[in-house]
Amino acid sequence: MSPTTAVHVRDLHKHYGPKRAVDGLELTVEHGEIFSVLGPNGAGKTTTVEILEGYRHRDRGEVSVLGTDPQHGDRRWRSRLGIVLQSADDQAELTVAELVQHFATFYPSPRDPEELVAAVGLTEKAGTRVRQLSGGQRRRLDVALGIVGRPELLFLDEPTTGFDPEARRSFWDLLRSLRDEGTTILLTTHYLDEAEQLADRCAVVRDGRVVALDTPAALGGRAARQVMVRWVEDSTARSATTAEPTALVAALTARLGPGEIPGLEVVRPTLEDVYLSLIGEASHHDLEEVPA
Amino acid sequence: MSTTTPPTEHTAGHTAGHTDGHTAGHTDAHTAPTTEPTVRRAPQGTAAALPSLARVAWARTVLELRQFFRERDAVVFIFAYPLIMLAIFATVFGQGGATVGPEPGIPFAQYFLPGMVATGVMLSSFQNLALSIAVERDEGGLKRLRGTPMPPAAYFLGKIGSVLLTSAIQMVLLIGLGSLAFGIDLPTTADKWLTFAWVFVLGTAAGAVCGVAFSSVPRSGRSASAVVTPIVLVLQFISGVFFIFNDLPTWMQRVAEIFPLKWLAQGMRSVFLPEEAEAFEVSGSWQHEATAAVLVAYLVVGLVLGVRTFRWQRRDDG
Repeated sequence: MSPTTAVHVRDLHKHYGPKRAVDGLELTVEHGEIFSVLGPNGAGKTTTVEILEGYRHRDRGEVSVLGTDPQHGDRRWRSRLGIVLQSADDQAELTVAELVQHFATFYPSPRDPEELVAAVGLTEKAGTRVRQLSGGQRRRLDVALGIVGRPELLFLDEPTTGFDPEARRSFWDLLRSLRDEGTTILLTTHYLDEAEQLADRCAVVRDGRVVALDTPAALGGRAARQVMVRWVEDSTARSATTAEPTALVAALTARLGPGEIPGLEVVRPTLEDVYLSLIGEASHHDLEEVPA
Repeated sequence: MSTTTPPTEHTAGHTAGHTDGHTAGHTDAHTAPTTEPTVRRAPQGTAAALPSLARVAWARTVLELRQFFRERDAVVFIFAYPLIMLAIFATVFGQGGATVGPEPGIPFAQYFLPGMVATGVMLSSFQNLALSIAVERDEGGLKRLRGTPMPPAAYFLGKIGSVLLTSAIQMVLLIGLGSLAFGIDLPTTADKWLTFAWVFVLGTAAGAVCGVAFSSVPRSGRSASAVVTPIVLVLQFISGVFFIFNDLPTWMQRVAEIFPLKWLAQGMRSVFLPEEAEAFEVSGSWQHEATAAVLVAYLVVGLVLGVRTFRWQRRDDG
């Protein structure tokens, strides 16, 4: 583990009765990156993150967050973290400004509450009670409360669930500006485009373990080498997956030519196709040869 | 297909993140020399001292007070309830100079004031905390707080501080209402007010710790008031708050003796009723020692249970 490591997880296990929520998960998050944990509901993302945050105890494995075992994290350690939980609808009767000011009192050198409220775009709502905020505004407040202590490491658990597209985009800008200030961000999401837009690296989690870990571009690139070729032969739709589409098309031309090959299509899988196949929800039959 | 990339592999995006980190590290290295150039800047937060427990506890107290007085349900059913009940009882039963007990008797309003004072103490401490903590736990507020460097003790000190302040204000209003609107004679000796002080403080403390402990009983925030309110109501009926304690069946008096409200009400009667009323007590005595013993017992049991069972998260959440 190098000094640039913010989060280090080795062979993490957590069982709930017979259910293996986390089953040998491993990952490393470096300082200064946005690291995304991607996976379907129930893949073990939230359990993993809550172990890192100190909310849950692991069954076994090795965990270090900012150099500390979360099970023994003290106030000093917590003051270096920012945690934005999946959902909360607490403190409804307080105003935005009151809450941000209040949470600022917990930290050694907090951000200026007024500037922070402006940074998350809630200046106009500063005097509004929390119960009157929209879902997106509420989430911005959650983030404000998570970063008021100038965290070195920020955990965000599915931050944009239920956002409209515009709110998501401005939320992403907010996260990028935090990264640019040097905050390390660990983000769980089940939105692929969110990971693609934000993450420097992403881990795809399925059944409690990491099934792929790379940059979003490399994740897509790796599978994009597998290309699907479709055509029609003997009045039947055919398809094949190959790393060498040119050779396949040449072979088809030789067999069916000369002239046009009926119904010819050469398709590279999108990141979404890759992701879906990784989490096992894919129509992998799409990637195998099937008589349609 | 499911190969895990070794985490040490430096990918494009990853390297970009690093560069940022190094730049920041170097910037800091100029101002504060460090032997490890790869270590990222020490955030300013690490150097500064954590805020003291007293400061955070006071901030929590202020926030709790704000929250309490903005919650209409809490203000009506916890804060104003004993005032309303005193006004109703004193008006309805106090007509025509009706009295309680042997001649010359105690005016009705005066007899009921201690009961309402005891009820106020229980509502402001026990009912208030049992409900508010159950709701905060259910809504995720406690979990959020647990994820911050707030010292856990500050949370409880904030609850206790706000309970003490709200119930103190409630007592002033309640006793003021009794005195000004219903002409109840207030005690004039320091001795009586000293009794009031210890019964009030012990009762509030016991009610508060029991409220913290009891907040784990309701299965959700929504069901909390359905679980807590009937208990409080039954105790009011059997503990000599709404009815004259002497008039209750003996078995009901025995049951009431198990719970603190009966003792709280009796302690308050010893403050607000004249000396000759002591003979009218079931036991013929104010029983101050027993009152103190029961309240302390609830304080200790509530504290032990509360410490052992307190959860920052919902039962179904880890």
